[in-house]
Amino acid sequence: MTINRRELLGYSAAALGVAAVGLPRIAKAAAGELTIAYNVNLPSWDPTTGPSAVNPTIQGLYQSVFDQFIPQKPDLSFAPGLLTEWGWNDDRTKVTMTVREGVTWHDGSPFTPEDVVWSLQRAGDEKTGNPIQFVWKNVNNFKIDGNKITGDVVQFDPVYFKWMSFLTGYILPKAYYEKVGAEGFEKAPIGTGPYMVEKFERNAFLRLKANANYWGGKPAFENVTIKFVTDAASRVAEIESGSSQVTLEIPYEEYDRLIAKDGLAGSCKNVSDIGMIFFNNKDAMLDKNVRQAAVMAVDKELLVKRLLRGYGQPIATLETPEYAAFDPSIKVEHNPEKAKELLAASGYSPEKPAKVTIQTTKGFKPKDYEMVQAIVGMWRKVGIEATIEVYEIAKHYELRAAHKLAPAAFYNWGNAIGDPTTSTGFAMFGPSPHSSWKTDDLDAKIGPLWGEKDEAKRIAGWKAVDKYIAEQAYVLPLLQFAQPIVHAKGVNVVQHISGALLPALMTPA
Amino acid sequence: MLLQRFLIRLLTMLITLFGVAIVVFVVIRVAPGDPIAMMLPPGATDADIARLRALYGLDKTIVQQFFIWLSGVVRGDFGTSISLRQDVLGLVFNRLPATLELAIVALVMAVALGGTTAILGARERGTAVEAGIDIASGAALSIPDFLWGLVLILLFGVLVPIFDISGRVSPQLDLPFVTQFYFFESLLRLRFDLTWDLLKHMLMPAVALALPLAAIIAQLLKQSLKEVLDLDYVVLARVKGFSETQVILREALKNAALPTLTLVGVQFTFLIGGTVIVERLFSYEGLGNMAIDAVINRDLPLIQGIVLVFALLFVLINLAVDMMYALLNPRLRHG
Repeated sequence: MTINRRELLGYSAAALGVAAVGLPRIAKAAAGELTIAYNVNLPSWDPTTGPSAVNPTIQGLYQSVFDQFIPQKPDLSFAPGLLTEWGWNDDRTKVTMTVREGVTWHDGSPFTPEDVVWSLQRAGDEKTGNPIQFVWKNVNNFKIDGNKITGDVVQFDPVYFKWMSFLTGYILPKAYYEKVGAEGFEKAPIGTGPYMVEKFERNAFLRLKANANYWGGKPAFENVTIKFVTDAASRVAEIESGSSQVTLEIPYEEYDRLIAKDGLAGSCKNVSDIGMIFFNNKDAMLDKNVRQAAVMAVDKELLVKRLLRGYGQPIATLETPEYAAFDPSIKVEHNPEKAKELLAASGYSPEKPAKVTIQTTKGFKPKDYEMVQAIVGMWRKVGIEATIEVYEIAKHYELRAAHKLAPAAFYNWGNAIGDPTTSTGFAMFGPSPHSSWKTDDLDAKIGPLWGEKDEAKRIAGWKAVDKYIAEQAYVLPLLQFAQPIVHAKGVNVVQHISGALLPALMTPA
Repeated sequence: MLLQRFLIRLLTMLITLFGVAIVVFVVIRVAPGDPIAMMLPPGATDADIARLRALYGLDKTIVQQFFIWLSGVVRGDFGTSISLRQDVLGLVFNRLPATLELAIVALVMAVALGGTTAILGARERGTAVEAGIDIASGAALSIPDFLWGLVLILLFGVLVPIFDISGRVSPQLDLPFVTQFYFFESLLRLRFDLTWDLLKHMLMPAVALALPLAAIIAQLLKQSLKEVLDLDYVVLARVKGFSETQVILREALKNAALPTLTLVGVQFTFLIGGTVIVERLFSYEGLGNMAIDAVINRDLPLIQGIVLVFALLFVLINLAVDMMYALLNPRLRHG
């Protein structure tokens, strides 16, 4: 075979083209380099103000750069951090905190107790726009003595220290912030956390560099790139092509497919988020028989097994096993026959059903709409006819705040600190803008628990409330969600039950 | 006369923008979702809600809010983003160049591909080549841009991973750019290493946007060309001994291109609209991607700012198309 000049030029151009574009990538992390395809954008670098402050999904990014007052271990237990000790005095009128010594900010300046006090005062100042200001304002008049801080309790809140591990509970640098201002801080944020911000392109990526002076030890990966890939299909492609070594929150079907591939592994553990159906005290839901039947008719095991491919854990109350007030003795049976009897007692049957509307999101959480469809089918068999109404999550917030939800409404509730106040409490206490069910009997049981100073008594009180709610069927708890994480086999990932994906917990395999 | 026409056109543009401003302002306030309700943390009281409402100016009536916003816009102050807590205009102008670059590259691709295909189809009219072109254009047109995006991700992002799936530029690169027009600036600076990196990120979204438009151009231009090719002056050119390709390029194309030009102008506005979904799919850091975040977060000032800038773009593109059309069509120029 002879090749003429034109063909030779053509082949050469093709060869050059292949060389230029390079060969297919291999799914492994370069030494010291880690790339994560993250599911949400990071709108703002201030973790204490605006909507970002209450967005649970970006807390993992904040926790990479900033330290919280008190960190949480992957199992949700609390551990010493920048505060090494904390507590109340005997009559709960003062708080005391001990500040870790020898810590530096990312710019090399020393971290001091003044930073802690300034962060607490700023968080409690309503002018800053901190959405959790109502927690932080409960303590003021701070005094510093060496590395000890004391503060006066304005109003006792048993969850004050737990909030130090939760939304807006971050320590920011007083001197640096006052020097550069809010805008300067947004451009070049510094913290005391395990990673330092190297480069940030909003909507695109975040480059982190390991903090060699981190008080908790330098993280394993020197450089971490967080790509903001909000589309799930694109995240699947990122990990499958080897462009990223870690990703999260992909459909369970894709999770199963990907972890079966060479070079990829994953973990899909239960996190602190739960799926639930709010009942609203109106229409047919005012009838206890209808509520109890609505709860008994739902086969949660089947929902998890068939719709969520076995990922997730059915729950009977608004507490998961990791929460402080979880009570395994509270059971809610799945019993369609008994549900029929209860409905019959109220004059309803499959032929003459109780009619309700159920609202749900579609695609906000895995299989949310499909779960509600299945529940409607289960209800229909016992004598409840439900009409599905799909809404956006923003609409849910609006309706819930205005107490205008339908008689039944699907929702996803997160509770990373695992306290009963932030699960059962705010979800079920009538005066809370987050509750749907609002009746005096329940409010009377919950009310005294808010200020209960005896911790054991407080937790026992919440367990009793959960039991009462289950008996009255004031809400339909469905399941604890599992969070799928897929990663290259060259990376070890420790999953945090709060759902925060933390690069500092990742190490080369 | 010319000045009068220009002033009338300017006035029309301002009225259009004012109308868009009113519609957007009303619609996004009537639409489901309350930004304050979305940021309500557990335990928030009515007082907390009122405090946040006042902080974001949402405690005033819708008419008051509109005029406060409009007076700011006139002064060049589009307000502060609720979710990003930054100046809206700065945010928009920071992201607009990325979207414009993507749209322009997609447009160039669409015109090149569609134009070439149309010329080829007209030249080979009545043959299997034309039939093949018709089938390919039909397929390209019937598949929406985001679906093309998914196909391209699968083909060139996963199976043969030669392009980047997400982002606008590799995070590891040091970017020396002064403007936000990274692609064009890299060409001007002769930094072809960066140009190539930017292209690797931009090609798939640009192709996804370009394919349906290329199909439209191919069909319309081919049809126009076929009509023009039967006219007397073209036949005369053939008689003079020009080849078919020369006839098309020298004689027929200029006249046949006029309807296509109008269409390209109109479609370019659609193409910019299409960047919203495609940018999201490819995590491309443009205005469209930011618009989706703004809607999800119910960031009212940012939505208003983005929509108004998009509307301004649309009217400017239409103006440019009209002017170009007049320039190319002597009958309009002298009319």
